Amino acid sequence: MIKPQKSTRIVTLTIDGREVSVPGGTTIWEAAKSAGIEIPVLCHDPRLRPVGVCRMCVVDVGERVLAASCVRQASEGMKVRTSSDKIHTCRKTLTELLLSDYPAESRREGATGDDMLLALARDYGIDRSDIAIPAGDGRTQDMTSPVIAVDHAACILCDRCIRACDEIQHNDVIGRTGKGYGTRIAFDLNAPMGNSTCVSCGECAAVCPTGALTNKTLTVQIRPREQLKKIDSLCPYCGVGCAITFHIDPDTNTVVFAEGRHSPGSESRLCVKGRYGFDYAKHPQRLTTPLIRREEFYPKGPLSFAVKGERRGKPGGLVDYGEVMPAFREATWEEALDLVASRLKGIKQRSGPSALAGFGSAKCSNEEAYLFQKLVRAVFGTNNVDHCTRLCHASSVAALLETIGSGAVTNVFSDVHNADVAVVTGSNTTANHPVAATFIKDAAASGTTLIVIDSRETGIARHAHHFLRIEPGSDVALYNAMMHVLIGEDLVNHDYIRDFTEGFEALRELVKKYPPELAEGICGVPAATIREVARVFGRANAAIIFWGMGISQHTTGTDNARCLISLALLTGNIGRAGTGLHPLRGQNNVQGASDAGLIPMVYPDYQKVGEPATQKKFEEAWGVPLDPNPGLTVVEIINGALKGTIKGMYMMGENPFLSDPNSNKVRKALANLDFLCVQDIFLTETAEFADVVLPATSFFEKDGTYTNSDRRVQVGRTALQPPGQARLDWQLVCEIATRMGYEMKYAGAEEIFEEFTSLAPSYAGLDYHNLSPTGKLWPCPDPASSDGKQLLFGDGFPTPSRRGKFVPVEYQPAAELPDDEYPFVLNTGRLLEHWHTGTMTRRSKALDAIEPEAVCELNPDDLEAMALKSGDYVNLSTRRGTITLKVRASRGVAPGNVFVPFHFREASANILTNDALDPFGKIPEYKYCAVKVAPAQPPA
Amino acid sequence: MAYPHAHPREARVLSKHFGEKDAIPIDGWIERGGYKALDKALAASPDDITQIVKDSGLRGRGGAGFPTGLKWSFMPKDGGKPNYLACNADESEPGTFKDREIMRWTPHQLIEGCIISSYAIRAKHAYIYIRGEFVDVVRILNQAVVEAYERGYLGKNIKGSGYDLDLTVHLGAGAYIAGEETGLLNSLEGRRAEPRIKPPFPAQRGAFGMPTTVNNVETLAAVPHIVLNGADWYRQWGTSKSPGTKLFSCCGHLQRPGNYEVPLDFNLRDLVFDLCGGPPKGRQLLALIPGGSSVPIMTADEIDCDVSYEGIEAAGSMLGSGGLIAMDDSTCMVRAVRRMVEFYAHESCGQCTNCREGTSWLAKILRRIERGQGREEDLPLLLDIGANMAGKTICPLSDSAAVPVVSAIQKFGREFEAHIQDGRCTAVN
Repeated sequence: MIKPQKSTRIVTLTIDGREVSVPGGTTIWEAAKSAGIEIPVLCHDPRLRPVGVCRMCVVDVGERVLAASCVRQASEGMKVRTSSDKIHTCRKTLTELLLSDYPAESRREGATGDDMLLALARDYGIDRSDIAIPAGDGRTQDMTSPVIAVDHAACILCDRCIRACDEIQHNDVIGRTGKGYGTRIAFDLNAPMGNSTCVSCGECAAVCPTGALTNKTLTVQIRPREQLKKIDSLCPYCGVGCAITFHIDPDTNTVVFAEGRHSPGSESRLCVKGRYGFDYAKHPQRLTTPLIRREEFYPKGPLSFAVKGERRGKPGGLVDYGEVMPAFREATWEEALDLVASRLKGIKQRSGPSALAGFGSAKCSNEEAYLFQKLVRAVFGTNNVDHCTRLCHASSVAALLETIGSGAVTNVFSDVHNADVAVVTGSNTTANHPVAATFIKDAAASGTTLIVIDSRETGIARHAHHFLRIEPGSDVALYNAMMHVLIGEDLVNHDYIRDFTEGFEALRELVKKYPPELAEGICGVPAATIREVARVFGRANAAIIFWGMGISQHTTGTDNARCLISLALLTGNIGRAGTGLHPLRGQNNVQGASDAGLIPMVYPDYQKVGEPATQKKFEEAWGVPLDPNPGLTVVEIINGALKGTIKGMYMMGENPFLSDPNSNKVRKALANLDFLCVQDIFLTETAEFADVVLPATSFFEKDGTYTNSDRRVQVGRTALQPPGQARLDWQLVCEIATRMGYEMKYAGAEEIFEEFTSLAPSYAGLDYHNLSPTGKLWPCPDPASSDGKQLLFGDGFPTPSRRGKFVPVEYQPAAELPDDEYPFVLNTGRLLEHWHTGTMTRRSKALDAIEPEAVCELNPDDLEAMALKSGDYVNLSTRRGTITLKVRASRGVAPGNVFVPFHFREASANILTNDALDPFGKIPEYKYCAVKVAPAQPPA
Repeated sequence: MAYPHAHPREARVLSKHFGEKDAIPIDGWIERGGYKALDKALAASPDDITQIVKDSGLRGRGGAGFPTGLKWSFMPKDGGKPNYLACNADESEPGTFKDREIMRWTPHQLIEGCIISSYAIRAKHAYIYIRGEFVDVVRILNQAVVEAYERGYLGKNIKGSGYDLDLTVHLGAGAYIAGEETGLLNSLEGRRAEPRIKPPFPAQRGAFGMPTTVNNVETLAAVPHIVLNGADWYRQWGTSKSPGTKLFSCCGHLQRPGNYEVPLDFNLRDLVFDLCGGPPKGRQLLALIPGGSSVPIMTADEIDCDVSYEGIEAAGSMLGSGGLIAMDDSTCMVRAVRRMVEFYAHESCGQCTNCREGTSWLAKILRRIERGQGREEDLPLLLDIGANMAGKTICPLSDSAAVPVVSAIQKFGREFEAHIQDGRCTAVN
């Protein structure tokens, strides 16, 4: 969005006889509003650049032509009349003109109930039956989008949707086509909306003032806000943590629709998942009673065809409960909880605490994460507690802790606006952090030079000023070469290096060995481009670096992140506006779950396991002795299960069968466990191996705090009642702890948060009261008056020396390189519409409708060489397994590469992936292994 | 060879060489005195040129009649940004075909005008935005531009003066609204030709956001003559408020239609009856549109006025673009107006509600009146809609659409009433 510059000059004008003083650059409409004078308008929305096309807001400024007040700036001495007979007649006539083709029933009156045109008609007392012109017949409907209804007859061409699409979301899908009466809003080159490049973010429907663009019914019949209950909460999906208002029908206990809510982190924006992906909570497959595995289903093993790895039955996304439910019987809570507690206790007694392990989830709240790790540490007596952070940014966090002493972001993503240069690397931001991407795209459109570095040309690359397509896994070579140029051409910040860093000499010596010409041979980026981009970066006054899994999910993930940190340290790009290091966090609460201590080597707030003082602090707080040894990480625990050293597991909301690398190994490991308790909202692939399944609550059914990628701690509120006997996750943790002999009792989530913050200095001072309504950034020393600290480390780092450390690293190739048998490089990741293992999104009507089945992407040239085309089936095979799925041609994928999203149980990408680990972060190499592609028959 | 008709009472300055094939190539043009004005201009300062044009009283020939020299003087002299000249050659006003002939017969007259004007406004790049349908004219113009570059009238260091100018001929894609100056600028930038809100005016923020002057072809073609011969020479014709000569594109029910260049104090009635020969034999003049379809319709007895801007205005219409459309007594006024309105309804860019919806309402109502299905309240309704279309939109297209309707009802109300009341047309067959 173009932000008009407000000057400090004050202009005084007269509006309807009243003197009004406003800053120069203020429009008449804004000036009138500030004086309490409302001027009717249809095309203007304060979030949008004014265009003055509806002409409803015209006022008399004493000129021949009436001026549109939303556009015309106030000037000194201007005399404005906002109403007169002439103006009134004009507005009334405009309303009549717009109503002649207007549908008898406005879809907006039936949906959100705020049709602005009909409100004006009521104000002007217009009886639509009196309108002197029969409706035309040229304005049609377009119902091709699964989520948005387009009714051209209700479209008043106000341009709001176009600006929302272009300037808020920067998707550039909507425009105008035609002339005169035939003028229409159009998608792409006038394609049906459902066939266009629309990403269904719904921003257009949110800003539309009429029934032209409205949300379709996704659950119970959509209806006006005043008939529904409003809950201010958050989006349950990604680490952007968008603020949402859910509109609830209490009678049916259903979310009817969702709207963006103002927050500094999301500015009311949403993406397709946040706006339309809420209905999974009401899916009929929700678990509603505790389940215990029937005796005849021992020895344990997978139940559904997909989890067995067989390829038969109907292709499709969801598990067939008919296939898996016979293995379980319903149980009472008493029986189920007693069984869980006694089995875990038995294993602990027989094999020791380290035979137990727990996987928490970054989908759960801070409170749940805190209690879960407390359960594992204080009750199980082990540090074998981890969660999916291991699989996403463990390497980034390892590098950050090692170099700058803190694993969190140093600046918020929306500050990209203040950056001269933004680097986005290894991040498919438009799909995985869509709302954060809007800020980056916006900055790129208004002066920030955007450098995108990726092996795939993703959506964000389209907005880049410099796009560097690198060979997969060659990051270190590229960044070392960039640093070679920066140092060689003296584009480094000597003062910063002197005052705030250590280890520069070693870095300088190492990167000497990486001239761009050498790097070109490794990463495939021309040496001249490396030089150019290094110079752009080095000359920036403020540069910010964003990265994603493309950096972290490598055996060299920690090295990759070390390089990015060195780039920032070298140029002094930390701690000031427009600078910083921002690993874009994946899950809605991966930051918080890590902060809360769901990590085997640290207690809450990254207080190290093994440090006697820390151990003492937590032993005192929890009243039990604790294990001084750091625990095992996710993949190590799975390996332990395979070996038999891990015997009992408790999983709260994780689905490692699909999310962990090398599924065939995970299958054996899970089946090998003596006891597995899965607590989840659906019977997941992992739950097929469970002894006990506990029905838990979804995001919508509980209070809790969630910490987003920016470190913003926000409160999610109860919107729905849990189904059946499903219970709050934290209560279940308490029940198990208590039954294992450690009493845990809390009045509610708030009390747990209090205990957590008392042990986590970064969260000190935060409580449910001061976190409303838009949360706070941690640390927040003065919650009463401050939003929290946006910029960290302007004056040194939380390391022993107070300095940031350069850790020079050599380039190393990936663990498994292509060869004659497996000639392609496999890359895995996500799609915009789906979330991780698909448990939620594949049970969302809208999201499933857009991306209903497993696909992989290949370069069209490769497909042509194999005589394949989009829609054909292929077998993808690695040394670990084979999957069969549809192929889609994509120029975004470089020749020789295959991209597979990991959401799809029927063709799980992780059957293929390599479980080789980064030695520091213990993160698997999801982004690189050797694969072969062969044509396959469609499933029978 | 006179083109297509000539009359001794004309004052042929711009059209002097119409019809002469030899005037088209650069050598022929130079033989006829071409590019002499440029030499003179480059020896003077840009501000001197602006002053001469100001003194000449030349007014914009595209329709609005804004004083050209004054418009140039709004351009920043050292704004730190590039200035642009955009020549509006989109000539799309119904009834107007003068610019096409200037470019067809005397392309170098326009190019020379563009160079001198660009020099005056300190532009280093000029664009001729030409209507895409003018296929043959585009070919001629492009050839002329190539010649001008070859002879050093365009490009770097023009004729050793140190002044650089590039000229680009840019084709439109067929929208009337691209002839509106800010619509033209949007189209030039590759956007839909949707008029922009003013202010800011093009001299503040025009093409590509930079200060820009937009001038009509005929205006720019007059500049070399004024610069070469002086302001006083130009003022030998016309009135003090409307000096000089003007091309009139005369069409409709006339015996000798065509382009006629006359002094601006010429009598309109003489133009129609003497130069153009009046309506066909046996027909009476019913109505006249003097300045393209966007101006009020005149009755036959209103046209005894001079053709100056102020003369026609006093008689109840406007000089506009000089697109003169004569209608004799075989004309059904309802039908004529309906066709004009349908043109505007088709060409509305669709931005402003009043225009997009209003033009379509006007067309619908006029259609039902023409079919004999009009209602008593339709005439007040037409006037009411017309009143709410004029003076309330981003650009004047909305006004243009309302003008013929309102003036026709005012002046030919009985024909409309006859259609409504009796379901019949009063036109003489």
